[in-house]
Amino acid sequence: MNKILLIGLKDLRLAFRDRAALLLMLAAPFLLTLGLGLVTGRFSGTSNTIQSIPLIVVNQDGEDLGNALVDVFQSANLDELLDPTLESYAAAARAAVDADQTAAAVIIPAGFSASVFAQMDAPVVQVEVYSNPARPTSSGVVKAIVESFLNQVETGRVSGIVSVTQLIQNGYIQPNQAAQVAAEIGRRAGQNGAGQDLIRLQGQVDENVSPPFDVLAYMAPGMALMFLMFAVTNGGRMIQVEQLQGTLPRLLVAPVHIAQVFAGKALGIFFTGLAQMLILIGGTGLLFQIRWGGWLPVLALVMAAVFGAAGWGLLLTMVTRGPGQTSGIGTALMLVFGILGGSFTNPGGFPPWLRTLGRITPNAWALDGFLELGLGGGFADIWLPILALIAMGLILFAITVGLFIRRGGFSR
Amino acid sequence: MTPILEVKQLVKKYGDLTAVNGISFNIEQGEIFSLLGPNGAGKTTTISVLSTLFAPTSGDVTIAGHSVTAEPMQVRRVIGVVPQEIALYDDLTARENLAFWGQMYGLSGKGLSDRVEQVLKEIDLTDRAKDRVRTFSGGMKRRVNIGVGLLHRPKLLFMDEPTVGIDPQSRRAILDSVKMLNRQGMTVLYTTHYMEEAQELSDRVGIVDHGELIAIGTQEELTRQIGEKDALILDLVECEAIAALTEAARKIPGVQQVDLSECTLTVLAAQAEDVLAPVIAQANALNVKIRSVSIQEPNLEAVFLHLTGRALRD
Repeated sequence: MNKILLIGLKDLRLAFRDRAALLLMLAAPFLLTLGLGLVTGRFSGTSNTIQSIPLIVVNQDGEDLGNALVDVFQSANLDELLDPTLESYAAAARAAVDADQTAAAVIIPAGFSASVFAQMDAPVVQVEVYSNPARPTSSGVVKAIVESFLNQVETGRVSGIVSVTQLIQNGYIQPNQAAQVAAEIGRRAGQNGAGQDLIRLQGQVDENVSPPFDVLAYMAPGMALMFLMFAVTNGGRMIQVEQLQGTLPRLLVAPVHIAQVFAGKALGIFFTGLAQMLILIGGTGLLFQIRWGGWLPVLALVMAAVFGAAGWGLLLTMVTRGPGQTSGIGTALMLVFGILGGSFTNPGGFPPWLRTLGRITPNAWALDGFLELGLGGGFADIWLPILALIAMGLILFAITVGLFIRRGGFSR
Repeated sequence: MTPILEVKQLVKKYGDLTAVNGISFNIEQGEIFSLLGPNGAGKTTTISVLSTLFAPTSGDVTIAGHSVTAEPMQVRRVIGVVPQEIALYDDLTARENLAFWGQMYGLSGKGLSDRVEQVLKEIDLTDRAKDRVRTFSGGMKRRVNIGVGLLHRPKLLFMDEPTVGIDPQSRRAILDSVKMLNRQGMTVLYTTHYMEEAQELSDRVGIVDHGELIAIGTQEELTRQIGEKDALILDLVECEAIAALTEAARKIPGVQQVDLSECTLTVLAAQAEDVLAPVIAQANALNVKIRSVSIQEPNLEAVFLHLTGRALRD
């Protein structure tokens, strides 16, 4: 057992000292994951967070409601969302919007407050939101805030008029007091509006609800699994390279049983694939903030996936006639398995027979597992992929051993 | 004395090709025994069977009392193998290579690390121990290749053409190290197609050709077999008239055998001085220009030539 382990660890060390192999084992899946993340907009999650929207407020009203609206824009609650600037002139504010210096200009015309407190049938002076078409989202947010404010003011205005009418009809106030009482109700409504959160920014955590699925939690394992096939077929190729370079025959004249050499080489392929997957999972988890799932089920799934894939790598070594052929077929196998197994695209759109065929690949089973784990699943959700991958590895390993015995060892 | 190696009627076939055809020989403990023969003579195949890499088609080989077919693991523990190819891991350092192979031979712990350092010193690579083998010259790689074979202090060391493709300085160092190992008590089976190496190193030599052992013995015994003839070697400027000169030389009294190879004519005679003048005269008569003339006293090259009718380098 000790010699098997030593041979496996030696092969692991050699694999990670091969710069060309490292490029394909680690750099390529990292870069492809990064590229797919960029294409799908996964990385724009942070930049799309709307923060510090620049806007210019022109308060020509200068009365209670105009000031209340300015207070809304400058409230602590909207501090992170908005970056308001006060301006005296509407034309300058519009020019700034036209020059794309700000997302919107909010112009509160003179007489706005007075118009609100005027008679019910009197026209209300309109607040103008001058939007920057180049910043539709940001200006939309500003509009929404203004509309929310105006809705509250309008609600207060209508309720004030109704209240005043009721007060007059019931004789609590005289008609000549109506304007004064209405103004007071409107003022209080405006002040109340300013004190409320017009737009609430908050997150919500509900343990009973699964986290939203992260597209990279599908793509990253897809890429990792595809290049896992490179690692295992390259491991198989290295057995043939060792045969040609003479280190394998040298091992076979050392006091090491041929079965130990075979098992050691297989273990080396397994170690290399496992190290590759763990580095990719750790790396993408840290760099891309991918939620892979609980570490224990992820580890179990990775080990099963590597075991299944290693079976293919070993089998390839037995059926090809040299490192060049193994390299070529290995690359083809990597791509075909990547497509069939869903590393590039969800195989849900494939015809049923192709989906069934895809089940011969470790990619398909492992991706099923990673999908479950990415959606918050645990061991209970991935037992089938794990069993399938272990069975795949065992069957392929058995075939490989059979071929190995039949051809009388490593040498041809 | 019990031989450490006994080879009896060894045959190794690859399909229809017979690479080794019924060779038999023994090697005594403490001996340097060379298998001398041209490329393709079956030397490497013989070593491969003796070292348990390939099973023999027939025949038997016993090393230190263990059969290579029945007890291969016991055989592997007492032999060391220095293969013809440099069988090392290029991306491991010299020390890592030695440590790995030492572990494969069952060394571990302090015993392993001490032995690795000792071998590094013996092959004069202590200062490059941390460098990857990939960065070494051919000669340095050869030295590590030999070092691996010595790690576990084998009773019998197989060295398969260890000086192929290296510079004269490294070659000299390897030959000296073989002699040193032998002085320390190690038995060595050395294969080569360089007659000079076999002459310098060997207590006994086996000459192989076409998979057969055609002669065996000490150098003295072998040269005696060919009647202690001298070799007169003429290196010609032009090859056109060599056939005519060969025919003419064969008719000169005292000439026992004439061999030609490209532009070189080798004339065997009991006393080379006796035939030198007539051969030169014939060359002049045929207008053959001679680049150089040399006389060699009986050696393994002449033995091989006598036995096979071909020069060793063919």
